[in-house]
Amino acid sequence: MKEKNNHTKRFGMVIDLDKCTGCGSCMVACYAENNVPFRVDETNKLDSLSWLVVHKITNGKPYPNTEICYLPMPCMQCDGIGKHGHSPCVSVCPAVATDYDHETGIVSQIYTRCFGCRYCMAACPYHARKFNWWDPVWPADMKKYLSPNVSPRMRGVVEKCSFCFHRYQQAKDKAFYEKREELYEDEYQTACAEACPTGAITFGDLNNKNHAVYKLKKDPRAFRLLERLHTNPKVYYLTSKSWVRRAGDNYLANEEPGKIKQEMVHGH
Amino acid sequence: MNETPLIPAGVKRCSKWQFSLWMAAVTAVLLWGVYAMFLIWYKGLNQTNMNNAYGFALWIWADLAVIALGGGAFFSGFLTYIIGKKELKNIINFAVIIGFICYSSALLILAIDIGQPLRGWFIFWHANVHSMLTEVAFCLSCYFAVLTIEFIPLILENPKIDKVPFFHHLGHNMHGIMAIFAATGVFLSFFHQGSLGGVAGVLFGRPFAFREHIFIWPFTFFLFTWSAAACGPCFTILVTWITEKITRKKLVKDSVIQLFAKISGWMIITYIIAKTIDTLYWAFVTAPGLGFKLMDFYASPTYNIGLLFTEIVLCGFVPGLILITKRGRENSFSLMTAVILAVIGVCINRWVMVLQVMAVPVLSFNEWYTYMPSWQEIATTVLPVAYGLIVISLAYRYLPVFPQEKELNPID
Repeated sequence: MKEKNNHTKRFGMVIDLDKCTGCGSCMVACYAENNVPFRVDETNKLDSLSWLVVHKITNGKPYPNTEICYLPMPCMQCDGIGKHGHSPCVSVCPAVATDYDHETGIVSQIYTRCFGCRYCMAACPYHARKFNWWDPVWPADMKKYLSPNVSPRMRGVVEKCSFCFHRYQQAKDKAFYEKREELYEDEYQTACAEACPTGAITFGDLNNKNHAVYKLKKDPRAFRLLERLHTNPKVYYLTSKSWVRRAGDNYLANEEPGKIKQEMVHGH
Repeated sequence: MNETPLIPAGVKRCSKWQFSLWMAAVTAVLLWGVYAMFLIWYKGLNQTNMNNAYGFALWIWADLAVIALGGGAFFSGFLTYIIGKKELKNIINFAVIIGFICYSSALLILAIDIGQPLRGWFIFWHANVHSMLTEVAFCLSCYFAVLTIEFIPLILENPKIDKVPFFHHLGHNMHGIMAIFAATGVFLSFFHQGSLGGVAGVLFGRPFAFREHIFIWPFTFFLFTWSAAACGPCFTILVTWITEKITRKKLVKDSVIQLFAKISGWMIITYIIAKTIDTLYWAFVTAPGLGFKLMDFYASPTYNIGLLFTEIVLCGFVPGLILITKRGRENSFSLMTAVILAVIGVCINRWVMVLQVMAVPVLSFNEWYTYMPSWQEIATTVLPVAYGLIVISLAYRYLPVFPQEKELNPID
């Protein structure tokens, strides 16, 4: 008998910043998994196509009180205002080249539909969206190592993190073959989550009580980036450092992150 | 048998040589822009200095600016055909030509700006009705068609073309129904000018641009439409003045210019009051609610608070106040100062609503983003200017653009 799929999924991520060492394995894994092209000279990071960027932030204090935190940022897969999929980018795309999947909560990018107006990039406050300024070129033999599951993108279109959506499709196919509708938690994991050597990245269904992310998102250390903009990201962060928590959003001098969060939750 | 001349009867034009020399110089600039345009189409947008943080830049500003400046066409049509300000018939031809140039330039710039130009039609075919850009694309294209229809009767008035009976009657009949097209143009302009205001206003991830409650609808729409209707006529007056200086002729009577300037002045004043209300609500309610102080948005050497002062006070209230006073309009120096300030003001407004939106850091750990256009971006932005000069030069030489020219410049 088929196992019933009885709830809508909201795939999300919880990144423990207390565990992240800034090694960049997640970035490398993402490049390899998703056929992300790169150029010989990648010094200008604003031209890079990295779907996941590890930011280095500091508390701004001089030595010996300097503290550093590494903050990996994939696409936040925003649910948007009212959590109806009205994410900043989806609503603005004039050609429906980016869409919100109500089955998974994942914001997709249709490369063959995108005509490169870049309105979605202007709309995204996280700079999660990257533009193919150049034709993708890989070193000679590297073409043989490209993933057959992810289509390479052409010049002139926008691309972004898809939470390795092709892995979800593969997991669904396997489950279908095995007459299941529900996926096991470890069946669908993103490349970055698998590659993280310290286990800082946890991935799963935020709606599923049996998934680790369900509990982690309720951790007192949890916060999301720019929550005050009502983008409703599905990427959560954990930190025990108050300055990191504060860096995650914008606050006036007299405001406290915890208090603002409470006000937002209670709708004040 | 006398051959019909190409140049309208009763007016004097410069010699062929003088005209050819001028056209050669402007065409050289045009070709520079065309070269850059093909370079971009061939090699891609890596020819620009845009980046992933600055996805919208010089071109989008140029687009918004020319659409605002071309607003003189729809507004003069509205005043002439719908409100009944018949005196403006003496400048409406020129306003239509300027509008035609501005809107065709806007479409060209959009075709250069998109990463996959051959997929440009997707915006119509796969239209997302929730996107401001979709509405802009539809209305912009439709209004350009209207402007073309409005321009055609004037082209048909060229003596050579007018000699053909079919074209003569076509032109005559088109004149007869022009009020319908003027009304259609006004209708379409309200939509696309308004939607262009919404392009930035709906970006709820960008606190510098985002507006809430009534300040998103109808305010952002209202402000862009109103500012185009207010400052578009100023651009028409400015280009008329430049044409008069180059041709060394009076082409439009002062009474016409002053009437246009007076209406523009009242439009500017009412617009800038509304803009001030919008700015105050955004600065003291919307932005603090998102964790920003006003000065957070003006903390860069390029984007400092002086820019806001320049836009609202120097290029808003000042030209508005000059143009609503009789003395201000009658003095040609103060009139032209006000007109130039108003044009600069609306261009600054479009600049900040595009480039400053991109420059302001939203994440607390990001820095201000900087951007300097590449020569290819500059050349393709200069391209419409050269194209405009060519269209105006040809129109002025071969078409009866200014109905009062004969009266003001009698040939002995």
